[in-house]
Amino acid sequence: MVNAITTENVNVFYGDKQAINNISLNFLKNKVTALIGPSGCGKSTFLRCLNRMNDVIEICRVEGKISINDQDIYKDQIEVEQLREKVGMVFQKPNPFPKSIYDNVAYGPRIHGFTDKKNEMDEIVATALKKAGLFEEVKDRLNDLGTSLSGGQQQRLCIARAIAVKPEVILMDEPCSALDPIATSIIEELITELKESYTIIIVTHSMQQAARVSDKTAFFHLGNLIEEGDTTKIFTKPDNQKTNDYITGRFG
Amino acid sequence: MFYPVLFLLLLSVVGFYLNKNKSVYLSKNQKLASLPAYYGYLAFLYIFVPAIIIWLGLLIGKSFILQNYLILTLGDSLSVMNSDEINLFMSKVKNLSLGISFGNETDLEKFAAEKIISFDKIFSLLTYLVLTLSSILAFLIARKKVIPNFKSQRTVEKIVNRFIQICSLIAILITLGIFLSLVFETLNFFSYVNPLHFLFGLNWSPNKAFVIDSAETIDKDILRDAFGIIPLLGGTLLIAFLAMIVAIPLGLMSAIYLAEYAPKKIRDFSKPVIEILAGIPTVVYGFFAALVVAPKIVMLGKSMGFEVSSESALAAGLVMGVMIIPFVSSLSDDVINAVPQSLRDGSYALGATKSETIIKVILPSALPGIIGSFLLAISRAIGETMIVVMAASLQANLTINPLEPATTITTQIVTALTGDTEFDNPKTLVAFALGLTLFFITLFLNYFALKIVKKYREIYD
Repeated sequence: MVNAITTENVNVFYGDKQAINNISLNFLKNKVTALIGPSGCGKSTFLRCLNRMNDVIEICRVEGKISINDQDIYKDQIEVEQLREKVGMVFQKPNPFPKSIYDNVAYGPRIHGFTDKKNEMDEIVATALKKAGLFEEVKDRLNDLGTSLSGGQQQRLCIARAIAVKPEVILMDEPCSALDPIATSIIEELITELKESYTIIIVTHSMQQAARVSDKTAFFHLGNLIEEGDTTKIFTKPDNQKTNDYITGRFG
Repeated sequence: MFYPVLFLLLLSVVGFYLNKNKSVYLSKNQKLASLPAYYGYLAFLYIFVPAIIIWLGLLIGKSFILQNYLILTLGDSLSVMNSDEINLFMSKVKNLSLGISFGNETDLEKFAAEKIISFDKIFSLLTYLVLTLSSILAFLIARKKVIPNFKSQRTVEKIVNRFIQICSLIAILITLGIFLSLVFETLNFFSYVNPLHFLFGLNWSPNKAFVIDSAETIDKDILRDAFGIIPLLGGTLLIAFLAMIVAIPLGLMSAIYLAEYAPKKIRDFSKPVIEILAGIPTVVYGFFAALVVAPKIVMLGKSMGFEVSSESALAAGLVMGVMIIPFVSSLSDDVINAVPQSLRDGSYALGATKSETIIKVILPSALPGIIGSFLLAISRAIGETMIVVMAASLQANLTINPLEPATTITTQIVTALTGDTEFDNPKTLVAFALGLTLFFITLFLNYFALKIVKKYREIYD
């Protein structure tokens, strides 16, 4: 088993307030890892450390070591743009750009200069849309606005957009929380397919979703990592009483 | 003069408390349909509103009553005068009653002035009496409404509602009135000059109309060629264009810096500072343009071998551009800020740099709003008066060379209406036609600007 991302003693502060306490957690390659826990437990903050999205927040400070392929992402070994090329992200609310479906998917490849040729770009866009399971639905209207799609389609467009950059890891921050049950189940199936090619880390509020899609689960509480392990173990016989209380719905 | 209003307010407040106290007392035993204060407000409005209308009526009718009273008392002596003499007599007598004397008053006038003084006393006493009576009557009516099942809140809200309606109606009527007076005077102007000659004429020399007027005949063939708006429109657009060349890049760039790059501290400081530019009186910009910028441009032009007029369109345009910067930057800053953070995050997460995100995501998303802000700024530039009156030329000149003098529609309106004005002369009346043209131009620009801005808003809501 190979680690896609390793983290050691990660601490995150917002101003004076500490949001993450000394977490060390590794993510296996080509597996789905779910981060669960009650609201405000730091799981999203931790996820956003993995592609340095916290850089945008001025008062946020990250300590500790996070490595991808033995490169420390907070040291100067890797530019933040290169890092995000390797570690894509899908957000809670679908956020397609107000551009055509085609341009949405081609956005990343264009920025990273993958190709100048129209037919190669067409190929990249089509492949990404196929992998995201959206191609059949939109192939005749690639020039329509991405924002004109339904919520579930928009989220798959965002996944296609992330895939088009050919990342190694895809971070998903509650990707289904704004979607209806049918759109949710489509995305969940998609996640299972995608782990063939990518390492997926998903933050979710739904324990059923974590149980359905993930191989590994990590339970966060108040900025601490309480327990991590195989999903089946966490959901059947967790070691920690708090984990047990949370997954049986006694708090959170 | 305004003591009766204070007196009325006092009575109304007394009415408020009397009614409120009664309803508070009543509400101890049973539940009232409204809160006690509303019975108080009811009394206040019942007393105040009719009485103030009566007072206004008395104020307006006073001079009419006074005149008739004097005619009645001095009947015989006034009957020999014609209406002009009566008016003169009245104003003289009124001045005398206020203690303004020129020492040449006749006995009759002195007598009349004394009559006016006594009339004033009686009238003001009568005013207070009428107001008091009306207040007492109104209070008695309001008093009767303090019963458990009378919904005074509804009545109060209805009255307030009506009041607000009247206020907005007045605003609309005034706008309509201004517009109609423009239209009628313009039609009047068009009875001298063919609208086609006005809208498409290439010559602007309104002084021709002056010559014709003294000859007392109006020769429409000469007028044909005197009132062509095209040179003015050309000058207006030239100066507005120069202004936009200054304002658009500076405004937009500073908006981008403020919205995307500036740390919060700098933003909090510099946004108000830029907006101060909009608060500088335009007359200050005007003499700045005429006394500082224009001579500098002439000097600079000379040193480079150009012939530059001291009233060049360039000076007016540049300074106007500076004035408009805050409109562009402030509005653009708002629309850039309105682009959701999620779009920025989406772009960053794909590995885009900040400048790539701004150029490829934020600006295209904000574009309709930014264009809207440009259009609003242009309409502001076209309607701007003071800078061009002071810095631009009075001479109409159909040119696209910014170094030559040019005049604008607004400048010519000012010129047409300053000095001796006679409203039966096309030279003066043309101001209304120019005003109406300007009104339509800015109306269309604002309409499209707001439409574009609105369309932009619909995308994210």
